[in-house]
Amino acid sequence: MPESITVTIPAALRPQVEGSESVTAEGDTIGGVLDALKAQYPSFGDKLFPNGGEQMNRSINVYVNEEDIRFLENMDTKVTARDQVDIILAIAGG
Amino acid sequence: MSYVKSLKAKECGAEYPIEPRTICDLDFSPVEVQYDYDAMKGKVTRQSIEAGPQSLWRYKDLLPIEGEPKTGFHSGWTPLVKADRLAKKLGVDELYIKDDSANYPSYSYKDRVVSVAVTKAIEFGFDTVGCASTGNLAHSVAAHAAIAGLDSFVMVPHDLEEGKIVATRSFGPQLVKIKGNYDDVNRLCAQIADKYGWAIVNVNLRPFYTEGAKTYGFEIAEQMGWQLPKHTVVPVAGGTILPKIWKAYQEFIQLGLVEDNKPAMYGAQADGCNPISKAVRAGEELFHPQKPDTIAKSIAIGNPADGYYVIQHIKESGGYATSASDPEIISAIRLLAETEGIFTEPAGGTTLACAIKLIEEGKIPRDEPICVCVTGNGLKTIEAMDGQFEHVEPIPAKIGDFDAMVNAMKEADEPAPAATNA
Repeated sequence: MPESITVTIPAALRPQVEGSESVTAEGDTIGGVLDALKAQYPSFGDKLFPNGGEQMNRSINVYVNEEDIRFLENMDTKVTARDQVDIILAIAGG
Repeated sequence: MSYVKSLKAKECGAEYPIEPRTICDLDFSPVEVQYDYDAMKGKVTRQSIEAGPQSLWRYKDLLPIEGEPKTGFHSGWTPLVKADRLAKKLGVDELYIKDDSANYPSYSYKDRVVSVAVTKAIEFGFDTVGCASTGNLAHSVAAHAAIAGLDSFVMVPHDLEEGKIVATRSFGPQLVKIKGNYDDVNRLCAQIADKYGWAIVNVNLRPFYTEGAKTYGFEIAEQMGWQLPKHTVVPVAGGTILPKIWKAYQEFIQLGLVEDNKPAMYGAQADGCNPISKAVRAGEELFHPQKPDTIAKSIAIGNPADGYYVIQHIKESGGYATSASDPEIISAIRLLAETEGIFTEPAGGTTLACAIKLIEEGKIPRDEPICVCVTGNGLKTIEAMDGQFEHVEPIPAKIGDFDAMVNAMKEADEPAPAATNA
């Protein structure tokens, strides 16, 4: 049974979700959660997955419990309501 | 008067006013500072630049500040060394080292980006600056905050070299050690920038910060006598400097200040953190993030935000990329020091080691001008040289003991006499 997952949204993307700091979406994997997010915010969804593709926008990173999903199971990464899910912009240079 | 026009999305081209913004709202791609190059024609000339100060601010017309600089008055304008002894050793005709180990005040190329970012932070009205750093940036932010009279918060991985920590703390910042690697620090800083009203120079001031890196490329061109090296080898970490050296070359070409010799860009990484060189060598457009494990800590960024653009510029320019092992990095540090008198950190060793490999692979021809970008100083990372030199036993302060030592050295150098049969 998919659980309701809270996803934090970075400030620069909050205009996409009516200014919210976080949103909730149901899913048992990250792919499922993002699908639910797309359904709630279609315009945001189109930008997260440009050209209707499977490939996530490369300016966006998704973390589960502080780990980049690319080091986990990517879109198949399992999540429950206890997990911390963050969307973070890819900006860097140290 | 400034020639700055707008912030422009790198991919869809949407334009925004000059404000603390990092991405485009339409496609989330990074935004980049745009200038009015037409208005510069005839005004930004070799003569106007040569009449400027001996600092990175001689290129102020091509930097995104509106008023006068607030720091960095002695940053940039570092030596471009014609490295003839090293060239001979490597069997190449013309080799240059752009030496930012001599950059002021914090001895790495970061003084360029931070000079611009701190000036911009003041223009935007921030009173606190900060950064996510592998060490050099923290050092530079702390120094420039001290110069400009701002508060600073610098965030670094917990296992940085002690030299960088002490040098940074001396300037009086709030230094925060984070349990994790640079990529963890960076993720946290993105959240800090959202929550606190600070100018995190490489996060929310990123479009302005990165422009400062162009001055490294401008200086190479000007110091080569207003021409471009055919081949430029650049260390790659987060992906700031390589695209910006490229942009600097292209801006000078566009303004007619140098001839377009189709310069090629090459990326250098450590084997223990080589997402970009791996992607370039595999012919891929996207990189796979890595967990870094290398002595080249200042370039240990496994998830480089601008990595995509680095790959793009390397490809477009006809360049290539490679990576070097830790022992190759150390050998290159010693080679550069012994032949040219430049002591660099492991990132600089990485760049030279990779340049050597690219020359040996035939990717960089031996008969065309090559510039190797040395971006940091070895005095901050002396741990990297642990075990490199034999223990030196003290001798008494007597000439007889000195003579004995010299004789012992001579004997050690001479071939052993052939054994005689009795």
